[in-house]
Amino acid sequence: MAQYLTLEFIAMLTGFILIIIGLWGMITQKNLIKLVIGFSLFDTGLNIVIVSMAYVKNSTAPIIDKAVDVSQAASKIADPVPQALVLTSIVIGLGVTALMLAYVLRMYREKKSLDINSYTDLRW
Amino acid sequence: MIKKGLLLILLVGFVAVISGLLINFTGSNELNPLASYYAEKGPTEVGAANLVTAVVITYRGFDTLGEVTILFIAAAIVGFFLKTMNADTNRPLRLRKTSEILETASTLLVPTIFMLGAYIFVNGHLTPGGGFQGGAVIATGVMMIILARPASQFNHKLISVLESISGIGFVVMGVLGLVLASGFLNNAFLPLGKLGSLLSAGAIPIIYVFIGIKVGSELTSILDSLKENQNEI
Repeated sequence: MAQYLTLEFIAMLTGFILIIIGLWGMITQKNLIKLVIGFSLFDTGLNIVIVSMAYVKNSTAPIIDKAVDVSQAASKIADPVPQALVLTSIVIGLGVTALMLAYVLRMYREKKSLDINSYTDLRW
Repeated sequence: MIKKGLLLILLVGFVAVISGLLINFTGSNELNPLASYYAEKGPTEVGAANLVTAVVITYRGFDTLGEVTILFIAAAIVGFFLKTMNADTNRPLRLRKTSEILETASTLLVPTIFMLGAYIFVNGHLTPGGGFQGGAVIATGVMMIILARPASQFNHKLISVLESISGIGFVVMGVLGLVLASGFLNNAFLPLGKLGSLLSAGAIPIIYVFIGIKVGSELTSILDSLKENQNEI
């Protein structure tokens, strides 16, 4: 049990719980805004999972300062590459969320409804 | 009922897939070779104290250029979508009166928020900050202006000029790296300076200022397009 009480495991568990909540929201919710929130939660959960994978035991943030000397940086810091990728991913998630909200606004203007069941044009 | 059953099966299946990953996950004890290369060579090659910045701007700067482009395209599409909606209606804006507390507080807080945003992107190579974070902080200041003074209009010309200049500046810095140093977006054509001081890491602070202005103006234009449509509903 003790192996599951580590920082990285708890962070990863939180990320996966957020992913599952997001997936559930994307599938079950009828309100378009709540669908967007589901996507956003899924995105956030994925980011937390990736960052938790970057963690190295007993390491600190990848910034050279008083706590981390240049000569021993490699043994003291967490992996900077996934963190940089998550930075990219957060920004793209923001762009996607803004686009989805613009679509929702547009759809609402067409039919005055946020319920996904009233958009039947593409239904078969 | 069938729908709920299918949903349950889907979610349980998904949990089963990821629980395998989760249970067998044990944190690593040391960096992988790529990351330790960045950790060892980063401070001398790039000169940035924040190694994430070194990766984002220099080692994988091309990624960041694409990322800025994606954000630009998203802002452009949001503007396009909401513009065409606006064209056929000329109703006057119906605005609810904002509270006095918000209005007074915004005059004090907005300049402070802008300054914090600028601080974050200027110090991007030293502290856990950078152009994207600073730009987002600046956009929260714009959000506060929108909330406190809904009738105010932003200067679209200024926003697009700022965005274009900073975008071009980013690419120009990259090309300068290609011409004067070893490759595209190489920051070493300016002196690297002393590790950990404000004027260090070559071109990184300049690139981050460009990114910060670009992200700030893009998010401002998204917020502005969304704001102008509040009367449509």
